[in-house]
Amino acid sequence: MDFSYSEVQQMLQDSVKKFVSKNYDFDTRSKIIESEAGYSKENWQLFAELGWLAVPLSEEDGGLGGSAVDLMVMMEEFGKANLVEPFLPSAVIGGSLVAELATNDQKSQILEKVVGGNLQLAYASAETGSRFNVSKVATSAEAKGDDIVINGKKIAVLNGPNADQLLVCARERGGESDADGISIFLVDPNTPGVTIRPFTNIDGQKSSEIDFIDVTITGASRIGDPGDAFAAMEKVNDKAVLGVSAEAVGVLETLLQKTVEYSKTRKQFGTVIGTFQALQHRMADMFIECQLARSIVVMAAMKLDSSADQREKTKAVSAAKSRVGKAIRRVSQEAVQIHGGIGVTNELDVGHYFKRATALEIMFGNTDYHVERFASL
Amino acid sequence: MKAEFTAEELGFQEEVRSFLNEEFPTEYREKVDANIRLSKDELVDWQKILFKKGWAAPSWPKEYGGTGWSQVQKYIFATEMGLIGAPEPVPFGMKMVAPIIMAYGSEEQKARFLPDILESNVWWCQGYSEPNSGSDLASLKTSAVRDGDHYIVNGAKTWNTYGQYADWIFCLVRTDNTVKKQEGISFLLIDMHSPGISLKPIVLIDGHPEVNEIFFDDVRVPAENLIGEENKGWTYAKVLLTHERTGISGVPRGKKRLTSLKRIAKETDDGFGRTMMENEAFKNKIAALEIDLEAIEYAELRTLASISSGKAPGPESSILKIVGTELAQRIDEAFVELAAYNCLPFVPDQFEDGFQGDYISPGSSASAALTYFNNRKATIYGGSNEIQRNIICKAVLGL
Repeated sequence: MDFSYSEVQQMLQDSVKKFVSKNYDFDTRSKIIESEAGYSKENWQLFAELGWLAVPLSEEDGGLGGSAVDLMVMMEEFGKANLVEPFLPSAVIGGSLVAELATNDQKSQILEKVVGGNLQLAYASAETGSRFNVSKVATSAEAKGDDIVINGKKIAVLNGPNADQLLVCARERGGESDADGISIFLVDPNTPGVTIRPFTNIDGQKSSEIDFIDVTITGASRIGDPGDAFAAMEKVNDKAVLGVSAEAVGVLETLLQKTVEYSKTRKQFGTVIGTFQALQHRMADMFIECQLARSIVVMAAMKLDSSADQREKTKAVSAAKSRVGKAIRRVSQEAVQIHGGIGVTNELDVGHYFKRATALEIMFGNTDYHVERFASL
Repeated sequence: MKAEFTAEELGFQEEVRSFLNEEFPTEYREKVDANIRLSKDELVDWQKILFKKGWAAPSWPKEYGGTGWSQVQKYIFATEMGLIGAPEPVPFGMKMVAPIIMAYGSEEQKARFLPDILESNVWWCQGYSEPNSGSDLASLKTSAVRDGDHYIVNGAKTWNTYGQYADWIFCLVRTDNTVKKQEGISFLLIDMHSPGISLKPIVLIDGHPEVNEIFFDDVRVPAENLIGEENKGWTYAKVLLTHERTGISGVPRGKKRLTSLKRIAKETDDGFGRTMMENEAFKNKIAALEIDLEAIEYAELRTLASISSGKAPGPESSILKIVGTELAQRIDEAFVELAAYNCLPFVPDQFEDGFQGDYISPGSSASAALTYFNNRKATIYGGSNEIQRNIICKAVLGL
């Protein structure tokens, strides 16, 4: 039994840590969020140069292997930095979807640019009525001669405002919740009929709602076989779930560390508040939660990499997200509470980690959803 | 044992209910329901409507223009206000400084300050906490040094809610450094327009500059603005803290929010062909919230009965503060869970008056996360829940 990182994973972790300590302090991050793009183009190019954008893809797709443990290592460090660059929507989700579904021709046109930082993707999947159900797709794709016409509305499209291409899931056949009948289309956001309403999320990330009204694209824009995208969508979704769970581990450990540090410096009643047993025990519980969160994410990452059984993988991922979700509530709320008033202000980074943790709990299925999904498998 | 209201009390309830239905402006009601913040002018306007009816100050005695209501009447009034979503008076003048002026102020001070508070002509804010004095309030350092017939005030206060609107601030200031920390504190009223006062807004994690830090730089305050005796300020402030019990649990607001939570749950697709109200886990969660709310309501009623029968105030306010704020936060979480992706967009402008842009997931789902964030303050302010638990340990359990 050996839970230590490989040499490559260790190098990857060190390289992210180094970048974060040099280039990503709280003030820099705040300025990046206030900028129009909402992310740093320089950072993005650097990520490409460092090979980070290739980590989610297999070697045959021009990547560095695409292992879940590698992804976990990176996402945890990104969580510690509360990074806003669109690594997850573009490199992880976008890149992996294309890798799963596309023809070799399509791959060569898209993936090299994604890995090189020259093309950003966004995944338009969730809808007003879908909640967390990946197979519930009301957006329609109808053949019209050689063309395809897309109609529908997508919500929570991360990186939508900055994406060069959108990966839109739309239904070609079947009922609204059928797994069969869904396809992924590559859509240029400048196509007539595409309306993007951009906004910043509560955690500083760029997101959007997108309307598709009679959006006409060529049949060649379809990624994969008609109506056959669901299995790939679910696989990529599980990868995203693992990614946000690992990121949450980084966020929570940072909150714990900052809370303990604060309790050692903040004085009330003539002593530092860290000497109060009532607070000590709560910080001990936060530590336990962080350990359990880390452990179950390690479990899920290892199963994603090694298990041959898809059901077992999915179950592991849902277990991780639901358990991490519980840890998110406890650790992030206690971090704010123990900080007191300063914890609910925008002036301190703690509140921003709290907001990111809250968003991570929701993304790709909240705690209740994943408990239910685990039970149903 | 009985929990019913008397016929008279029921008649009073009916009177309050019909008054609120007729007089609480529809425009404000719609804003409250849509989680749009009421402006200072709107809050003052509503307060003046209550004043005209003679109901501006339910907790004040009649001689100062209050209603002279019984505890039960005050409870009924607060409940009906909460159920309709009518804002309570901004507490700083009406509920915080006024009772202290009544109890410890001079006749001149009463005549000078109370009528304007009653009529909502003057906006007050509270100057207690300091950057280094939070839970340990008595360690406060803002100093007031006597200089002829003035005090010279220096220091900083923080978490001043709506300080940006305030005409006056009531402060705890240090007037003696040589004694036990609680014994060198005085209660001073300061005109916010005095030279030497500056204000820095503090933006909370919901993006709203609701509180401020207020700096005092050689501010000259007439000595006649001292309340009661010098160095007795801590005693006055402490009496106030156990005094204000009505409405502390937030039960009526909790009920209103649960009603709206259930309505939204019935309208929300769970993604699998059912509504969220039919989703087993969520349904049970709402039930648990309702049950806890009922327990708190009866805890409050028992407190009410005990106070009405003349029993001295006990630690009830600590219990109700803890359970009320923690339940409110669990309701916040349920709204976030229900809203899911819809609460992620941060478009604060759409909760301000006069917003013209495109609404992103409008309604209470869009504000769910912001409310959750903002309301983390509830277990921190007003004596943090840790301090309240200390009070229970000391005052009830004898630990």
